[in-house]
Formats: sequence, C-alpha cells, structure tokens
Amino acid sequence: MRKTTLALVFFLAGALASGSVRAQQEGQESIEIGLSTDSVSITSGFSGTNLTIFGALDNADPLVSRQGRYDVIVVLEGPARPVVVRKKTRVLGMWINTDSQEFANVPTSYAVAMTRMPQDITNTGNYSRLAVGAENLHIRPQNGESPATIEEFTKALFDEKKASGLYTERVGGVQFLSRNLFRATLMLAPNVPVGTHRARAFLFRNGTFIRETSAALTIQKAGAEQRIYEVAHDYSFAYGSAAVFLAIITGWIGRLVFRRD
Amino acid sequence: MGIYLPIAEMSVNVIVLLAMGGAVGFLSGMFGVGGGFLITPLLIFYNIPPAIAVATGANQVIASSFSGALAHIKRGTLDFKLGGVLLAGGIVGSSIGIYVFALLRRLGQLDLIISLLYVALLGAVGGLMLVESVRAIRRASGGQTATLRRPGQHNWIHRLPLKMRFRASKLFVSVIPVLGIGAIIGFLASVMGVGGGFIMVPALIYLLKVPTNVVIGTSLFQIIFVAAYTTIVHATANQTVDVVLAFLLMVGGVAGAQYGTRVGQKLRGEQLRALLALLVLAVALRLAFDLFVRPSDIYSIAPLSGA
Repeated sequence: MRKTTLALVFFLAGALASGSVRAQQEGQESIEIGLSTDSVSITSGFSGTNLTIFGALDNADPLVSRQGRYDVIVVLEGPARPVVVRKKTRVLGMWINTDSQEFANVPTSYAVAMTRMPQDITNTGNYSRLAVGAENLHIRPQNGESPATIEEFTKALFDEKKASGLYTERVGGVQFLSRNLFRATLMLAPNVPVGTHRARAFLFRNGTFIRETSAALTIQKAGAEQRIYEVAHDYSFAYGSAAVFLAIITGWIGRLVFRRD
Repeated sequence: MGIYLPIAEMSVNVIVLLAMGGAVGFLSGMFGVGGGFLITPLLIFYNIPPAIAVATGANQVIASSFSGALAHIKRGTLDFKLGGVLLAGGIVGSSIGIYVFALLRRLGQLDLIISLLYVALLGAVGGLMLVESVRAIRRASGGQTATLRRPGQHNWIHRLPLKMRFRASKLFVSVIPVLGIGAIIGFLASVMGVGGGFIMVPALIYLLKVPTNVVIGTSLFQIIFVAAYTTIVHATANQTVDVVLAFLLMVGGVAGAQYGTRVGQKLRGEQLRALLALLVLAVALRLAFDLFVRPSDIYSIAPLSGA
C-alpha cells in the first residue's frame, strides 16, 4: 500500500513539474497530498489505526527548505453532527443536568498533525482565519444563549472530545522526508466515526500561509459488521427477534454445556 | 483481544466482556435476578453509549435467565401459572413504561429519574430485606426453624377476592395483587431498562409469601419475556441492540448462570436473601454516590437526534 502511494505522489510531482515554469515566475509554492488509501474499512479486528498521508511541495525554495522554514499542518476532520452539551449543577444536594446548549455542526472527530508547536508555525490570527485547530472551528450554537454561556459550553465540548480521544493534536506528526516530500501520521481512534472525512493540508513559509489542499477519505464498516448494521436499521423488527432467538439458543446450549446439577 | 462492535461503533476487549457476562450471570442464576441492573451500569462504565447498554443488556439477560430457568424447571422450582399471571400484568406495565421513557428522554432528565428510582427502590428493597434476613438467620442459629410461612398468618392481600390456586408455590391467593405486582414491576423495568428481578424477588417473598426457591425460578421465567419484549422494542424503535456485544456477554452469562444456580441451591433461603440484600444495597450506594458527590466532569455530551 505504501509503495503505491509513493509512486502516486511522485507521479503527481512529475505532472506538476510541467506547470512549474509559470509557477516559478510567480515564486509561489504549491502543496499536494495523496492518501495511502481513499477508504478505510473497519472490520471485526479494528482497534484504531494510523493513517499515513504523503504530500509534496512543488516549486519549493531550496534556501527556505534547507533552513527548515516550511511548515505543514494536516487536519483530518470527521463528518459534522448535531450535538447537545449538558451541564450538571447542584440542586437539593444532587448533581443533575440543569443547563444545555445545542450545536448544529460539530465534527465527530478532529485530528491535527503538524511539523512544529502551533505557536512556532504561525500566529493565532492565521489559525482562526483558516479555521485550523479545534478551538478555531466554526461551530454554530443552536439555541440563543448569552455569548458567555456559549463560550463555556464550547470549551466543555472540546474538552469532552479530547478526553474521548476523538480530537487529537500531534506535534511532529508531519515530517519532511526530503526537501519537498513530507509524511503526516494521524491516529484514527478505535471509536472513529464512520462517514466521509476530509483531509486538509496547509503550507506555511516563515509563518505566512501559502496554500491549502484537501482530499476526501471514506471510513466505512466492511464485511459482517456492515451487514449487521444494515440489517439492524432496515429490518429492525426481524433483527430484534433474531437477537432474542440467539439469546434463547445461547441459553439452551449454555445449559447443556455448563450443566452443574 | 479486540473486536469491533457494529452498532456501538467501537472496538472492545473480548476477555473483559466475557468476564463481565460471567460474573453477572453467576449472580443471576444464584438470586433469580436477570442482572440487568448490574450489566447496564458495567457497560456504561466501559464507555458503551447508555442507549446501547440498556438495550443490549436486555438482550443478554434473556440468555442467562433462560439458562437459569431451565435448571429450575428440572428441579420443579418454577411456577408457570404464577409466572404467567405476573407476565400478563407486566406487559401492561411495561407498555406504559416505554411511553414514559420516551417522554423523559425528550426532557433530558432521564438519567436523573433513573438514578433516583434506582437509589430509592434499591435502597428501600435492599434495606428491608437485609433487616428481615438477618433476623431470620439469628432465629435459625438460635435453634428455631426460620420460615416466612407461619400458619394462620394472613395479611390484607390474602383477603382480596378472585382467588386462584398456585400449586408449585403452595399458594392460594387473589389474582389482583399478582397482576398488580406484575404491572408495577413491568413499568419500573422498562423505565429503568432492567428485567425487574431485584424487585420481583422480594415482592414475591414478602408480599405473596412464595417460598424463596420457587421465587427464583419463577422470577427468571418472567424476566425472559420482559427482556425479550424490551429487546424487540428497543431494536425496532431505536436500533440500539448490538448482537455482537450481546453475544459475548451471553456466552459468559450462561456459563456463570449454571454455576450460580448450583451455589444458590446450596444456600438456605434466608442466607440467599441476605446476600441479595447486600448486593442490592451496594448498587444503591454506588448510584447515590454518583448523585450526591460532585462529579469529576460536570459536562456531558450527547448526539442530538432528530435535529
């Protein structure tokens, strides 16, 4: 798999070289990424995996890259879903859910890999303008609460996501393999959501944003897992009955096998 | 050893789940409780989403209850007639319960109501049982025969009309309290996502004065149907039954249930009741702890469905 990817990237680099004369005149670098696969299949043995994304800089300035002043940030963003955040407060000595805030479009997962510490790459203005990093995501609050409440719940949302391993940040997760070839390693958590994920790569030179590119990645259940899921949703009554039947059979066989009287 | 769960959409450890199922199955066979009130919190503790834990727990309960009930049929300690009447009441109760469950979930207060119900019920039931059984054990060690059935002792329940004879339980009682107990337990069971064995067992022992050994078999029989009903309803309405998860728990559970039944039959009725009381109280205390002690994280997130 890795070999074919490398081949693909070199092919891309070659194809881009034809347009490099014009690009060189403008002195503008460009960035390309190739995923090691365009779909990840989740089978019964899945327990999280590393996703490797290869990429290439085209028309890189040799001087700048020798000084290591090109920086790359790669983001893998899961499909957006509506989410409700609830807050517990103390009522009559009991901790109960009293406050809640809904958000319309929260990415189910968000993994960031970068060449260096975020503050060494560029300034916060750039991060928020490019919406890079979990705290800069444009998340729409649903019900109109005060800005302070929204801020509090947004922070709580990110903390929860980080704690569950769905929002990750890996400094040093992007490495330059040569002057213009780089590799990003992103962690797919064991509970990674299925659906279409979007990989985006951002190129910075001396802290200045140059260009971004993106690619799609489909994460799907495969084989028996996918069929079970489909049956559970499409034929839910039959599925429920089968689950009951399975339990009865298991109970009966268990009685025969483990009989102790 | 990991395995990916198709409905819960996460990877879990097979050995942990087998052990979890085994431990709960053992207690299930021993006390005649389905174990739903133990398996659901355990699954949630293991990061399984609560909705899936409740529905899948019900599915696994069928297997260990069926396995345990088979052992009781062989011993003649299962009263089919009593179980059938309880079940008739139970179906009415759980249908109402499922409606209330959906209503509470919309209000976002489901967790609170469930916790409060658990703490109040488990605390009361466990406490009363413990006091009674400790007294019985004391009496037994003092040389007297400990029994809940004293001749000539009748409470108001035994004066109600529409009497019916339950031979296996050596009981002649009105069907009204039997149907009523079934309905109340069915209601609580579906709101709390459990089979209701831990309420059924004390109710039959103390209210109807059914012999402890018959209670366990009969309770298991009744739970099979309640849990099957719950499983199908959850599977149809919410698609939250994960068969892979349920199967792993079942395999552990049926093995445990057979050993549990054997141990349960070696113990005397009052010892069994005391142990069940302690178990029930322990769960109540654990839940009360969650309710009254400041949680480490006061925020929680949940997917917003139907938006």
